[in-house]
Amino acid sequence: MSRLIVNDLSCQRGYNELFDNLSFELSPGEILRISGANGSGKTSLLKILAGISPGESGNVTFNNNPTGSIAYQSDIFYLGHLPALSPELHCKENLDYLTQLNGNNTGRLVDDALANIGLKNYKYEYAANLSAGQKRRVVLAALFVTQAKIWLLDEPFTALDADGIKSLENQITTHCENGGLCILTTHQDSKLPNLRTLAL
Amino acid sequence: MKIYKKTLVRDLKMALRNPSSFLNPLLFFVIAISLFPLAISPETHTLSNIGPGVIWVTCMLSVLLSLNALFHYDYDNGVLEQMVISPYSLSLMLLAKITAHWLLTGLPIILLSPLMGMALFLDIDSIYILMLTLLLATPSLSLIGAIGASLIVGVKNSGMLLSLLTLPLYIPILIFATSAVSQAQFDLSISGQLYFLATILLISLMTSPFVSAIALKISLE
Repeated sequence: MSRLIVNDLSCQRGYNELFDNLSFELSPGEILRISGANGSGKTSLLKILAGISPGESGNVTFNNNPTGSIAYQSDIFYLGHLPALSPELHCKENLDYLTQLNGNNTGRLVDDALANIGLKNYKYEYAANLSAGQKRRVVLAALFVTQAKIWLLDEPFTALDADGIKSLENQITTHCENGGLCILTTHQDSKLPNLRTLAL
Repeated sequence: MKIYKKTLVRDLKMALRNPSSFLNPLLFFVIAISLFPLAISPETHTLSNIGPGVIWVTCMLSVLLSLNALFHYDYDNGVLEQMVISPYSLSLMLLAKITAHWLLTGLPIILLSPLMGMALFLDIDSIYILMLTLLLATPSLSLIGAIGASLIVGVKNSGMLLSLLTLPLYIPILIFATSAVSQAQFDLSISGQLYFLATILLISLMTSPFVSAIALKISLE
């Protein structure tokens, strides 16, 4: 049974302990929303789950694979605060590289993903010329391409318009109906099904 | 291996679309060297004596100048974060970035060096040896520099810190390379120096990508 198991995690930033002895489990199909005030450690938690930083203690496993292992890292897709786009590359190249990094060997079409988010005509537009919302959309298009089971989305709704929010919610729902997991942080109320909330 | 090629092509593409990123250090190389005859003496003998040293010091400084940008932009826009969490080997991606860096600074410097050598009245044999030392040692400069650059990623205004970290590691290369060229001017054997440069290249090639990967992961935590 592929479950994401977070065991006894604690995290400290500077002199402040953000959380400690945090444990939870997540089964396929579930969506976890991490809520909490500014500075309560939402992003830090996602970074630990993504394998960017190790926590002070505790461990995270998916299918018995710990963070940092090749199997775990190919199972996650992480979207942070930063857009992860290079201004000198156009959308298609950016998306291509981003999904390649994530381990996209399936040859799924990046073109289709861009069409899905309504940026078909921006394929050869440099990322430098995109608006904040469009940049967000390009990165979110990677969700159509990635094979990762666990989506870790840090404030995914920021800068998106109403349409964008709706289609992202649909995308997350479909992903979870197909047995995926999603962990996201947001300050907005969300109407996602199967939603659990973890307050930090 | 695919990710190596992808990263290399991506970095080269990005650099070519923003040429000032790699042209500035090269321009510095040419300008700095061409100022020496004006400042010291236009005399053939003096210039051919100091020539190898001048070219090597300037080469080192221009590589140093270009190192800051090696990881900086990718760190700023979050691509580095994605590289760290990628299931592929981070060392391999870093090796690709280092290769791109060498192709854009080391290689052009090697190609420019005969011209600069002639400007400083080096004879043909010395120019040949100079190019050989540059070919053996500029990859080491990029490789060793990557360790320094990965340690200071995320630190603001870190140019000085980078020089302090990297220059001491460059000193052996400078000593062996310049002594090879000046010994060759007196028809002495230089195989010892060349072997040393080759050893430094092999050691840095074997260790640098791994050390840089560890340093980057620590910097990003």
